[in-house]
Amino acid sequence: MKRQAITALNALAVFAALVALWQIVLWVFHVPPFMLPSPWAVARAVGARFPLLLNALAITAEESAGGLGASIVFGVLVALLFAQSRWVRKMLYPYTLLLQTVPIIAIAPLILMWMGAGIFAVTFIAFIISLAPIIANTTQGLISVDENLVHLFLMHNASRAQLLFKLRLPNAVPDLFVGIRIASGIAVIGAITGELFAGSSRVGEGGLGYSILYASSQLQTDYLFALVLAATVLGFGFLFLVMFLEWYFLHRWHESARAPEAE
Amino acid sequence: MNADACVPEIEIAGVTKQYGNAQTVLESIDLIVAKQEFLGIIGPSGCGKSTILKLIAGLAIPNSGTIRVDGMTPQNARETISFVFQDATLLPWRTVKENIGLGLELERIPKNRRENEIAALLELVGLKNVARAYPRELSGGMKMRVSIARALATNPRLMLLDEPFAALDEMSRDHLNEEILRLRAEQNWTAVFVTHSVSEAVFLSDRIVVLAPNPGRIHAEFRVELPAPRTSAIRNSREFDAIVARVSHTLRETLRP
Ligand SMILES: Nc1ncnc2c1ncn2[C@@H]1O[C@H](COP(=O)(O)OP(=O)(O)O)[C@@H](O)[C@H]1O
Ligand SMILES: [Mg+2]
Repeated sequence: MKRQAITALNALAVFAALVALWQIVLWVFHVPPFMLPSPWAVARAVGARFPLLLNALAITAEESAGGLGASIVFGVLVALLFAQSRWVRKMLYPYTLLLQTVPIIAIAPLILMWMGAGIFAVTFIAFIISLAPIIANTTQGLISVDENLVHLFLMHNASRAQLLFKLRLPNAVPDLFVGIRIASGIAVIGAITGELFAGSSRVGEGGLGYSILYASSQLQTDYLFALVLAATVLGFGFLFLVMFLEWYFLHRWHESARAPEAE
Repeated sequence: MNADACVPEIEIAGVTKQYGNAQTVLESIDLIVAKQEFLGIIGPSGCGKSTILKLIAGLAIPNSGTIRVDGMTPQNARETISFVFQDATLLPWRTVKENIGLGLELERIPKNRRENEIAALLELVGLKNVARAYPRELSGGMKMRVSIARALATNPRLMLLDEPFAALDEMSRDHLNEEILRLRAEQNWTAVFVTHSVSEAVFLSDRIVVLAPNPGRIHAEFRVELPAPRTSAIRNSREFDAIVARVSHTLRETLRP
């Protein structure tokens, strides 16, 4: 835990340096505030509209979490199906690549048209975009089991269910976490992208994506910055939560999840 | 003596094995292992030693010939066979205790009986103080002990060991060899032990089979007549050295084209 504290302090120092640099750029180049507001102006914007900002953050967080949660559940189920046979994998795997390569910007309007704009549709977009890494990583973990371990199970006449639940699934947990880590960032991006298209039912109120559009149309650059900051915080929050869970579940037995000593 | 005791533990007759269309791995192998015999198999790498063990365990199917374990097909005899692999092949997410109990768990032995069995085995292989540790916290020798305890948990009549101590330093290896003999004396299982260490084979075995490669076949056989309770002192005896020299010489023959 001491190491983590040092890492956090380092990150904080970098943050302070960046803010200082930002202020210096403003002083040296005389940038007008509607193009680049000062750190102080952004802080003021955060203070002035805190409830609104928090509301936007909560909406986006909810959509991202919902999408990510759904993609974990559905992705693991698909991976379990893929692990059953090479044949199934060969037939269906290309479609998961499709999930990864289809530009979300292009299909977001379609999804919104089909499902109706709203939190549900945005959650669905976050779900679609975060699904591929979960499927790919979990499948990998399920099928890459040491052959001797499979033989060991066979020597005890293990059933298919025992092979799956006592060998393949636990073997896939570290890979699943790699997938979730990647997916958590993408889910937030997906939710914000969705909101950019989805609009809001009430003027001025909506998730971060919607609020960013609104602030930019009103030339409220300081608030826009505050929103971008909030989006970043959200992404980080997700990542830290996932990393904590990963550490919590894996540190006792898995190499990658130990406190990072050798980097 | 009952009639059952006359059935050899393992009967391999005219077995040939080939993976796919590749070169023949084993050619017309005939081998009989008596009940409670300790058979050592030695040979250059790639000559099919692991394949023989897999055939006996029913994990590989011969292309021709027959294999009987205690008069049954290998698949039907599996309940009486335990396999020990070169790397300990433990489940990293399970503690030592949980790893030892794996076979019992897969065979659906009730939990309280499992616990008793595991406690006895921890004692037997000297792992009581690390019962709750995870494999990554153990040394190579300790992992191997866990693997052996796991194999013994299901009360096997036949132990198949595939170079179990190859990755260990000589001291742990010698120590574990003595322990293997002690465990066998207590439990009377039959053993087929693959190794590429001649002295290990001589120390452990009642009989040694030397395999020659390309294709894998039986090249020579040695009976190891060393006095009964084999202790570490035997390694320094003249008879021991003589047998080691003879087996080593034969092993070198197999490498000549
Ligand atoms: N599952 C397999 N598929 C194809 N070839 C195999 C397989 N297992 C072993 N072989 C081949 O069979 C030969 C003998 O292997 P093995 O029995 O492992 O030898 P040893 O244990 O004596 O080193 C080797 O040439 C190896 O490449
Ligand atoms: Mg081998």
